[in-house]
Amino acid sequence: MLELRGVTAGYGRTKVLHDVSIQVDDGGAVAAMGHNGAGKTTLLRVAVGLLPVMRGQVLLDGEDVTRLRPSARVRRGLGYVPQGQLSFPQMTTLENLHLVTTDRAAIDEVLDTFPALRGLLSRRAGLLSGGQRQQLSIARTLLTRPRMLILDEPTEGIQPNVVAEIEAVITELTRRGDLSVLLVEQHVGFALRATQSYYVIESGRITSHGVGGPGAVDDVRAAMAV
Amino acid sequence: MDAFTTPLLAGTATGALLLIAALGLTLTFGQMGVINMAHGEFLMIGAYTAFVTQQVVTNADVSILLALPLAFVVAGMFGLLLEVAVISWMYRRPLDTLLVTVGVSLVLQQLAKDIFGAQGDPVVGPSWLAGNIGVFGYNWPYRQMFTIVLALAALGGLAALLKYTPFGRQIRATVQNRDLAETMGVSTRVVDRITFFVGSGLAGVGGVAVSLIGGTNPNLGRGYIISAFLVVVAGGLGQLKGTVIAAFAVGIATAYFADWTSASMAQVATFALVVLFLQLRPQGLFTIRTRGLV
Ligand SMILES: Nc1ncnc2c1ncn2[C@@H]1O[C@H](COP(=O)(O)OP(=O)(O)OP(=O)(O)O)[C@@H](O)[C@H]1O
Ligand SMILES: [Mg+2]
Repeated sequence: MLELRGVTAGYGRTKVLHDVSIQVDDGGAVAAMGHNGAGKTTLLRVAVGLLPVMRGQVLLDGEDVTRLRPSARVRRGLGYVPQGQLSFPQMTTLENLHLVTTDRAAIDEVLDTFPALRGLLSRRAGLLSGGQRQQLSIARTLLTRPRMLILDEPTEGIQPNVVAEIEAVITELTRRGDLSVLLVEQHVGFALRATQSYYVIESGRITSHGVGGPGAVDDVRAAMAV
Repeated sequence: MDAFTTPLLAGTATGALLLIAALGLTLTFGQMGVINMAHGEFLMIGAYTAFVTQQVVTNADVSILLALPLAFVVAGMFGLLLEVAVISWMYRRPLDTLLVTVGVSLVLQQLAKDIFGAQGDPVVGPSWLAGNIGVFGYNWPYRQMFTIVLALAALGGLAALLKYTPFGRQIRATVQNRDLAETMGVSTRVVDRITFFVGSGLAGVGGVAVSLIGGTNPNLGRGYIISAFLVVVAGGLGQLKGTVIAAFAVGIATAYFADWTSASMAQVATFALVVLFLQLRPQGLFTIRTRGLV
């Protein structure tokens, strides 16, 4: 579904990722873990097309999309929930959703997934709480009808009760056979529960890769401790 | 009474012209950060569109009504061409855009001179705009009122476009967070282009109003470009509300200064006033623009 082949990338002249290769199979769910500053977000930005590669390739459904702009990749089925609960702050919740589609049924569907948003539709997104904005962010991305969903620390900095809700939705999404997921998460336990395989990334290199599931928690913790 | 009302009403009309010129700039400069010094030439192009339309459709009552949408499209096309051919290569390099568009502005003026001559041509006003109405002793020309109506219509149209249409949402999203808009499937390149088309087209419409007041002239854009930028900056970047207030304030202030001194002194005085205002309030009248994480 999604493949990064030998990607080297960074900012200006500084290389952040060094020859990174990862793969997400059709319908599969993969976790990427690593410490702060390891290069996880950078990896996802390359996958989405917000950051150009210095070397290497990005493939979506076997097609080389390395030179395609993010919007073109989105049209090919890539969905991206960025880190930091981003929204369009001056637009209302509903306008944020309407940016993607005004289709009633589709909007209803994501509002069923995140019922908390229903009462907030006419409020400016900039005034929502972090948790609400994260729900809006995921809902908005789901409206792009992704087949390959990329999430960057969706539970970071969010109150525990909302985290549980978001985790439940993501776990549900990863179980859907028609959606592939690449999840960057600090919570190793949740990440491994929600996915089938994992990568550990340190200082811009893949240092460990294996089959996920709760049994892998110790392996990942060990890999990250090095 | 005359010394009070005359500058007020005439200044309001000037403010309306500035508003139309500045509306396009709030889009391209305020929202996209492009310093387009050729924006004044889109007014000139609009004025010549009115002139040419009148050569084809000689009935002045009709030709002006035809000229308005035509000027929008013609100036819009020039703006689009400028964006595609020049500006799209220079986003994030404002100084380069400034220099290059000064060049483009000179080229367009020369082009107009070559085609239409250096003299400028009169544009006949429609009969329904002939005459004036007495307001507190001032004979307020209908043409000036028409300019105000036109500016308010342009403002309303733009505001409605931004607020209620899918494309308007895409513009606002692109302004608020370009990367996020891209990843929501918005082709920000296309948005940039259409935004430029609309912004330039609005200036073209303003040019029709200018032509009704003073005819055409290859250099007529020069008289508006600096004031229009002043208005956009003073109003607060990317803010329609601020732009409106600033446009009328600058128009009216200039009219009063001109009444007390001379036209050229008035320009200087207004300029000084705006600079002083920006010293006190560098962000302009309004700023709700945030590019951050909120
Ligand atoms: N825009 C940028 N310009 C320059 N350097 C950057 C930029 N963004 C990130 N970096 C650097 O790249 C490295 C990797 O950053 P990245 O955001 O990918 O880390 P991360 O693994 O996502 O961390 P976190 O868990 O804190 O989100 C860091 O050293 C960071 O300082
Ligand atoms: Mg990160």
